[in-house]
Parts: sequence; C-alpha cells; structure tokens
Amino acid sequence: MKELLTLTVNGRLREDAVAGNALLIDYLRDTLGLTGTKQGCDGGECGACTVLVDGEPRLACSTLAHGVAGRHIETIEGLSTAGNLSRLQRAFHEHLGAQCGFCTPGMIMAADALLRRNPQPSRDEIRAALAGNLCRCTGYVKILDSVEAAARCGDVAGVAA
Amino acid sequence: MNAPERTLPRPLTHVGQAGDAPGGVGARMPLIDGVDKVTGNARYTADLPAQGALVGRLLRSPWAHAEIVSVDIADALGLPGVRAVITGEECDTPYGVIPIAQNEFPLARGRIRYIGEPLAAVAAVDEATADAAIALIRFEVRELPAYFEAADARKPDAVLLHDNKKGNIEREVHNEFGDTAAGFAAADLIREDVFECAEVHHAMMEPNAALAAWDAERGHLTLWSVTQVPYYVHESLSRCMNLDAAYIRVIKPFVGGGFGHRVETLNFEIICALLARAARGTVRLLQSREEAFLTHRGRPQTHIRMKLGLTREGRMTACEAEVVQRGGAYGGYGLVTILYSGALLNGLYDLPAVKYNGYRVYTNTPPCGAMRGHGTVNVRFAFESLLDSMAAELGLDAFAVRRRNLLAAPAETINGLKVMSYGLPECLDWVEEASGWRERAARLCDDGPIRRGIGIACSHFVSGSAKPVHFTGQPHATIALRVDFDAAITILTGASDIGQGSSTIISQVVAEVLGVAQRRLRLIATDSALTPKDNGSYSSRVTFMVGNAAADAAHNLKRVLVAAAAKRLGVSEGEVDWLGEAAAVVGDPAHQIGFHEIVEEALVDTGMLTVKGTFTCPIEFQGGKQRGGAVGSTMGFSYAAQAVQVAVDTELGTVTVEKVWAAIDCGFAINPMSVEGQVQGAVWMGMGQALSEETVYENGRHKAVSLLDYRVPTMAESPEIDVHIVESMDPNGPFGAKEASEGPLAGVMPAIAAAIEDATGRRIRQLPFTPDRVFDALNRKPRPGAVAPAATRRGEA
Repeated sequence: MKELLTLTVNGRLREDAVAGNALLIDYLRDTLGLTGTKQGCDGGECGACTVLVDGEPRLACSTLAHGVAGRHIETIEGLSTAGNLSRLQRAFHEHLGAQCGFCTPGMIMAADALLRRNPQPSRDEIRAALAGNLCRCTGYVKILDSVEAAARCGDVAGVAA
Repeated sequence: MNAPERTLPRPLTHVGQAGDAPGGVGARMPLIDGVDKVTGNARYTADLPAQGALVGRLLRSPWAHAEIVSVDIADALGLPGVRAVITGEECDTPYGVIPIAQNEFPLARGRIRYIGEPLAAVAAVDEATADAAIALIRFEVRELPAYFEAADARKPDAVLLHDNKKGNIEREVHNEFGDTAAGFAAADLIREDVFECAEVHHAMMEPNAALAAWDAERGHLTLWSVTQVPYYVHESLSRCMNLDAAYIRVIKPFVGGGFGHRVETLNFEIICALLARAARGTVRLLQSREEAFLTHRGRPQTHIRMKLGLTREGRMTACEAEVVQRGGAYGGYGLVTILYSGALLNGLYDLPAVKYNGYRVYTNTPPCGAMRGHGTVNVRFAFESLLDSMAAELGLDAFAVRRRNLLAAPAETINGLKVMSYGLPECLDWVEEASGWRERAARLCDDGPIRRGIGIACSHFVSGSAKPVHFTGQPHATIALRVDFDAAITILTGASDIGQGSSTIISQVVAEVLGVAQRRLRLIATDSALTPKDNGSYSSRVTFMVGNAAADAAHNLKRVLVAAAAKRLGVSEGEVDWLGEAAAVVGDPAHQIGFHEIVEEALVDTGMLTVKGTFTCPIEFQGGKQRGGAVGSTMGFSYAAQAVQVAVDTELGTVTVEKVWAAIDCGFAINPMSVEGQVQGAVWMGMGQALSEETVYENGRHKAVSLLDYRVPTMAESPEIDVHIVESMDPNGPFGAKEASEGPLAGVMPAIAAAIEDATGRRIRQLPFTPDRVFDALNRKPRPGAVAPAATRRGEA
C-alpha cells in the first residue's frame, strides 16, 4: 500500500508515492535513481549505505522511508556543487581514499557528518567515528589521510542544509 | 645488491588546463575513474538501469550431501507472475576454471554437495512473487554422509563426493627438488612444527550481482556481472548455454573489489543468463551478503607440517612440508592452489632442497578457490614462523638469518622458477632501520598486563602466472589504441579494473610512451563487443603483462604518428623531434605542428587508426618440466619485508597491532600512491587473517555469514602502515615494474606471531590469533628451548 511521502533530498523537496514498508535505501535507489548509496550487506553490517538525515549519519538500509518524512536527506550525489567536488570528495580522490569505491559514498557521508560536528578531529577520533564503515581495499590508512586532508581545507559541508 | 640506476625518460611536463598535468609513469596520479567513485556516479552491476527487469532468486540447499530423488516445480511455475523456473535440468555441461577439472554445474544435478549450493532458480515480476515461487519448489532427496573436515573425508570408508576421486583427494602433489636427506644431514638444528590455518573469505565490499538480457528475436545474450574475469565468464556461458560465443556479450561495469572471489566464473552468473533465456527477457539477480559467503572461493583451511634444517650460522639446508587443504565441494582452482603451496616455498630465499607433499581434499563445504596471495600465504606463515623460532634458538637475529639466505638475481630456483630482480635485501634494510629494530626491543614498554613486542617476516608473489590457464597460442595480453578525426586516443582493454587501479596504470604507461597528456586519453574496458580479450585480473598479472602490451601498443602508435609528422613537416622521421602533444624539426623548434595536424596527416588515405600491442611470456619463463611445473612460474617476483609492533593484553588475550612497517620491491612504481594503497590493503588483509577472520561451519552450515560474525578489522582496530618502495628495476617488467598487491600479504601473520612471541614468550601456530588462543598459549608451559620473553631479555640487558 503506497502512501505519499514528503521529504527533502539533496536540497530538493520531493513528494512521492512510496510503500509503507519501503526502506530508505530502496526509495533512494529505485524511486529516485540515486544509486550512489550502496547496499553492501544484509542490514546494518557495513555502513556502505550511510546517508545524512538532518545532518546526522544514518544507515539507509535500516531506516524506513516514511520514518524520515519531513526530514532533510543528503546523499553522496548532493555533495558536489556546480560540478565542483566537495572538500571530502576531492581529498578522497587525490589521496586515494577510494580504491574500488564501493564503500566510498557511505564513508564520505559519515566523514562529512564527523567534520560538521568536529572540524579538526584527531586520527583516533576519525577511527572511532568511522568504525562502522567497513572498507576492504585500503587498510583505512589513506581514508584517514583523506579525512585529515579535507579537515585541513576546512569548509567541508557539501550542500547547505 | 644495489638497484640499478634508473635510466628512464621522465614524464614530459605539459602546461595548460586542468587535466593536462603530467600523468606518465612514476606520477602519484589519482585514479582515472576516481571522480566517478567519490561522486556516486560510478555504476556497479546493481546500479545499472533495469526498468522492467525480472527479479531472479535462488533456492539453495539445506542439505550438505544428498542425492536428488525428485524435483517438483509445477506449483512454482503456476504462480501468477512467475516467468521461469529452472533446475539442474537446464544445464548438463559442467564448468570450472581449470579445463581438466570441471565438475560443477550451475544448478545441482543428481548430487548436492554443500549447504547453500544452488538447486533451482526463479525469474518473476517482483521480489515477493519470486520468493513465493521459491517456497513452492519441492526437492525430495536421499541424504548421504557428509564430511566437513579434510581428515573425515579422507577416511577409508568415506563416501566419495566425486566418483573419480579416490579418498576424496582432488589432487596429490609429491615432489622433491635438491637432496633433502643430505640437507637435513648437514643441518645443525632441525625442527618440525604443525601449523593450522583457518579458512578465510574475501569479503569484498560489493555483493554479487548479475544482469542478463536475452534478445529472443536474435538469440543474443548480454550479461553484466561483477567478475574479475569477463573472458572466462564469456567462455563458460558459451559452453553451459550451448551458445556460440559470437552471440554473447559480456560487460564488466565498476566492480567493488574481488581479492580472488571473482577470478573464476561463478554459478550465479551462469544461472542469471539461463534464467533470462528461459524467461525470454531481462533478469536481474542480486545476491545477499550471506550468499557471497556461501559462494565462497576463499583461502582453504590448511593443515601444515613443516620441517626445516639450519646450520649453526643460520644457512638453510633443507625444507620438508606436508600440506592438507580442505578444498570444499568442487574443483575450482583447487589443484592450482595445492601446487602453488609447494612451488612458492621457493623463490624467496636460496633454499637448496625442498620436499613437498600436498593434498587437496573434497569436503561438503562451499568450494574454496583463489584468494589474494593464492596458495602461498599459509605455507609462508608456517615457514617464516619456523625460521623465526629456530633463529632464536640458535641465538641469531631475525634479520641476520634471513640475510644469510638471500638469492642473487638473476637466479633459477631448484624447481625451475626464474628470479630476474630481487630487492629483498633493500626491503630488509629499510624495515630494520624504520622500525628501529635494534633499539626498539629495549624501548618497548610493558604496561601492567599489556606486553609489547615486535616481529618481522618476508614474503613474495608472482607478477602474473607465466603460463595461462587456457592454451590458445594467443598473446598473453593485447591492447588496442584507436585514433580518429577528433585526435583523442582511445585505449581499448579487456583488463578488469576491480579497484586495484589497473586502468590508471595502463593510462600512465600509454601517456608515458606517447608523451601526451592524460586528458587526451580515454579508456574503455571490459566489454567483449568492443575491447580485446584479456585473461583477467588474477595472479597479479595486469601491471606486468597488460602494462607491457600497453607500452607496445603506444610504441606502435607513436611510430605511425612520427611518420605522419615527418611527412607534414617535410623531413625524414629521424629529423622529427617528438614533443608528445606536438612535433618539431630537430634543431628548429619553431618549425612545429600540433597533435591535431599530426593526426590529420596520419588519417590521410587510411581513415581511423587502430593500433595493437601485445605481450607474451616466453616459454623459458613458464616453469619447470615437472607435472604442474607451470604453477608458480612468472617473469617477475615481487618481494616484501615487514615489521609489526603488537600489544598483547595478557589478561584478556587480545592482540592489538600498533604499527606496521612494510617495504615492497615492486620493480618500479608506475604509480607510487597506488603502490602504497595496495601494500597497505594487503598488509591489513593479512592482519585480519592473523587476528580475527575465520569461517565457521557447524554440521556444514556456515555460521558466520554476515560482516558482523565474520570479523574483518574496523578502522578502530587498524594500525598505521608505513610503506617503503624499493625499485629493483625488473628487466622484463614495463618500465621495470612488477606486482605490488599480493606479495606483501603473507608476511603479516608470521610477523605478528613473532611479535606476540617477543611480547609474551609464546609462539602461536594456529590462525587466527583469537583471544581464546592467545589466552591458552599464555597459560601453557613454554617449550624447552623457546625464546625468553622480551621483558626478560630486557631485564638481562
């Protein structure tokens, strides 16, 4: 049974008919075509589907779409502005924070949330904040380097909330 | 041994717009597809538009070993919305990556051999209908005795999993090189130990997925899949579907890692294609994380008995190893794995005599296969651990004993492997210096129940198997370059970039040879309708083989372009000063033409240029003459050494890796940043195998089928990993390059084991070093002759 869902995704107000039991990840990927948000596990194991809900990191695979009605959702597609990469996106690109890239959108969203609440985190603070986001390629070292590099640049938020 | 002086031309510098930055070899260049990855634009198989596609679902076996008595799909087929239901009846052609060991069907036929084996598949209009149809399929079976451990499967009265394999042994390997009896007789110290290594899994981040489109009118199939080996998939589809390869197109989109999981055709890929044909439409088959664990193909549980002889000075005299691998239910790469485990005892040190007995055993568990460091990782753990203990017993330093047994390139090992470049000495030097090895032992502080220690180990790996799995007589690698009116250079490659950055490496090689800007290049990969065949991304072959083919192609294109420039400039080819993006007359730089003019001239009369480059490993590099001698053969071994510092909580039994120093001899770093990333990833994956990763079966049922139960290290428990690149300038690698991403893995576990012993005085020979095992080890009496804990040694100093 579909019901009307109203929410903001990457700064744009949306109204869509969405099944009551639809997960946020399926709404984003299947209804909106925002496939940057990845499903890497069977629910809540890997962090690849991390999106921001009112600026806070949230696992889209474990969130009902209707549960975030009226809220502001940010996905990886919303971070670059006018074709320019966000600081985190640029840092992950230039410092090889992404290898296969599958964990990258979730990792960047989680890092974005971290830098908004703590603009200059220590490496251990980054480790603690991103421990729920698994990566199998990098050994995490260059992800830490990337987040640090972005923090040094300041001004990390992608789209204005 | 000093690395030869580098005599490469350095990349040309181009000034201009963004994207014109130099991107030749040696540049720390970001990945050419990196922007797509950080913006979410990169499309992986599950991201491909599939409007209207049917949903595929699999029925998997709840039985570990059974004969199929009857199958009833009538109810499932009758369910509204179901478009196809297929079973083992759909395909009677076995597949498998090794042509002589094909014994797996995409859907079980007659016999079921592990819990989770696909039995039937459904294509339906939506997920709910597909799930409902799966529940309506009825299998009647007669259960058979099942074996979950190699020892049980090998018992004399065990039922055979495969009728032609006596004793459930898939492959036995027995060989001896050199005279081990004489070697042990010459030894001053002989020790033998048993090592147990748990089965581990790749756990690549992207789950399995395939999309198959059957064009019923033309009888054509297009398959998109997560593979590392699109060419093998293409071949398997052709055989299993009894369909001319010409009617098939295989496309590999972005792939989220592989580590060996995807180096052979997997059942779901064939099933998805069979479903699409049966349903006469398009089917999307998305697999869960649990299904990846059931598809498996990881590193097998391995039992190793190893014996080593050393002289008083630490010179190796002989090695004897017996290796038993629990292979799982089907052949896959199994016989290659058991051969690798013997062959790659050689090639790291100067080892005068080796006797090897290997047994690959069929069991009722998901099939094992290739995983990063294929075949060498567990035996290297055993060898380095044994060497380390024996060195300590002889009072020899861990670095000194290794330095006493170095090779000198060029060399040929006793089993016929060629070592053409050898940077291990420099790796050892850097690791010793960077880790502060000599001072550190005294400096490491214990903190109440926390004991600290440091250990080292070495490892190596092939840069591509010198003999391909399929003998075709074709080159081992082929690259095409296309240039048309627009003066863009399009690189066409079948090489599978699965995140390791191979497309970037190929682009750097082409840019280097031609001297053009990266921005002029465009790379199209892994679409069988467009790109040349490539054997795939396995055995770390791509940088070496495809890199060489790319250089060859670029040289061939350059010759054509130089000739065109000469013609346009009205001079001989020898008088052309090639500037990459332009050409001038030697000695007359003002007399210059741009790239568009050069291409315009080159296209006169011929039209579009397509230039090819190839590479083939010469026969003399393809291994010894013994049966299976091709396995382990390569044109270039990478070498690695690493030091690891750990902290052991003696009350909890937990081990924390605090720091790793890893040196890699990758020949030449085409992209140093990428090399660092590969080494860090390999070291870290080795750390996971050392500390926490382990598949767990209970009566054949996999109990750790999530990323919470199968514990890969999180960022919170992952150390800093310092990487040093040693460039030994391999004589045959592209610009001297060798592989960088598998060799550094195998040394991690023995280095951690050594560090734990340094900290606590206890050597652990079972992987992984879980808190239970560490705790047990701490509470057992030390063996006579065992090394004293670092704390004691420090007290004596």
